[in-house]
Amino acid sequence: MNIVVLVKQVPDSGADRNLRSDDNTVDRGSANNVINEMDEYAIEEALKIKEAHGGEVTILTMGPDRATESIRKALSMGPDKAVHVVDDALHGSCAVATSKVLAAALGQLNADLVICGAESTDGRVQVMPHMIAERLGVAALTGARKLTVDGSTLTAERQTEEGYEVVTASTPAVVSVWDTINEPRYPSFKGIMAAKKKPVQTLSLGDLGVAPAEVGFDGATSAVVEHAKRPPRSGGEKITDEGEGGVKLVEFLATEKFV
Amino acid sequence: MSEVLVVVEATKEFGVKKVTLEMLTLARELGTPSAVVLGGTGAAEALSAKLGEYGAEKIYAAEGEEIDGFLVAPKATVVAELVKRVQPAAVLLASSQEGKEIAARLAVKLDNGILTDVVALDADGTATQVAFAGSTIVKSKVTKGLPLVTVRPNSLNPTPAAATPAVEQLTVSVTDADKLAKVVERVAEQKGSRPELTEASVVVSGGRGVGNADNFKLVEELADLLGGAVGASRAAVDSGFYPHQFQVGQTGKTVSPQLYVALGISGAIQHRAGMQTSKTIVAVNKDAEAPIFELADYGVVGDLFKIVPQAAEEIRKRK
Repeated sequence: MNIVVLVKQVPDSGADRNLRSDDNTVDRGSANNVINEMDEYAIEEALKIKEAHGGEVTILTMGPDRATESIRKALSMGPDKAVHVVDDALHGSCAVATSKVLAAALGQLNADLVICGAESTDGRVQVMPHMIAERLGVAALTGARKLTVDGSTLTAERQTEEGYEVVTASTPAVVSVWDTINEPRYPSFKGIMAAKKKPVQTLSLGDLGVAPAEVGFDGATSAVVEHAKRPPRSGGEKITDEGEGGVKLVEFLATEKFV
Repeated sequence: MSEVLVVVEATKEFGVKKVTLEMLTLARELGTPSAVVLGGTGAAEALSAKLGEYGAEKIYAAEGEEIDGFLVAPKATVVAELVKRVQPAAVLLASSQEGKEIAARLAVKLDNGILTDVVALDADGTATQVAFAGSTIVKSKVTKGLPLVTVRPNSLNPTPAAATPAVEQLTVSVTDADKLAKVVERVAEQKGSRPELTEASVVVSGGRGVGNADNFKLVEELADLLGGAVGASRAAVDSGFYPHQFQVGQTGKTVSPQLYVALGISGAIQHRAGMQTSKTIVAVNKDAEAPIFELADYGVVGDLFKIVPQAAEEIRKRK
């Protein structure tokens, strides 16, 4: 099975993150940029499918030059190769334009299965799998916490607010996964060394037949008008329990009218 | 005034979800609210009274197996056709998994901008979003097409405004491409009659400090006494204490209740990302240095196994 995994480089969600003051985009220049955590689960799932059914795993990333670090990190887990869509004109692209670019790249890769994380930790917009599926005219099984592959039939347990749904589709398809689906492997030393030699193909907008005016700020369908840091919360009263902690807690809740 | 389409979110068990009432309330500020019900046969009739109570002047319904038996795509096709026909002032959906997914497909079908996790929307289309785990406030606008917005639950207070909506059944014209992902089974795992986590006005969450799955009964008991939902930190979920759909945090649900009670939760960024826009935060932790106390309006340092039962007893006494 020919599997493509979408990988996004994001600012570390464990550190302070900001929007740039000049153009309102995510500040990646001063951030510690890492592979989007949920994507590691997507890579793991792809590798498991390849191990069980054979085939090839390709990483697909759209992002600036520095995204190469995340691509190598992804490859060190075991995928075979990577495709990096990189073009200065992409800076400032909205989700709708991003899906256009990724769909164009996927069109060239002939994937049976596209796997991605359910969301990225920077935008948390959660729209990419369905946008891509809509453009490619293929099935989307999203929010999977379990995935079974039987020939060309895919069956997923999709997490819902009330429980789960069992959903099925035939390949080609896009599947997005939550972090409950597996436990991603750590790259071995051998894997890290091998990743340095794995092929990484770069594609420009020209290679994909997408006009620069369709992406970036020119092609954006939405815009950030302004942004500001929210004042940090400050801690209130803190007491140490000396036998009456539970009662005092309820007294506080009562003054706030929760009890 | 132009119509504002509100794509209804509802559950079999509880009917119209609170976020839908919030969207209807918001829609009244922007134009004339029309509810769009997408679901099984009879869905609109079951929901119409509640939708009317909150100001839906009209209900568009697309019902049946063609709509309900497949994942999201048929719903997007129906809404896209409706948008083209009625030219609404805005389209509002819930910022849930399904709401965002329908909106995603609509954005591509209509070549229209999309804004998710919106907490406020002005009449000129300026939306307010909370980004980066609640640390940044963003104002943004759709610059191509109409405001296509997903609204985060607990963003505003729903207020009733009675209307008597007429139901218009839409002719469903879904394509084969919409029927590629089939829903084979729906399984409910939500326990009891607690409110849904993202919509609850009170959330009581347990973390690693709760110790084991059995001890989560303490968390549930306090939640029930406060009429709240139960949440869990990633550490508690990863340790198997509580199911994943109740996880609050960066890789779980984002909640913004009136009251958030954190029991045995240290307050790692992972967790704070999902709860720090809560109005009032209360924490119990045995570690006085736990970062959760930096956020808590009221914190108790001590043994949760003594404090929580005592608090539960005190609430019962006061009732």
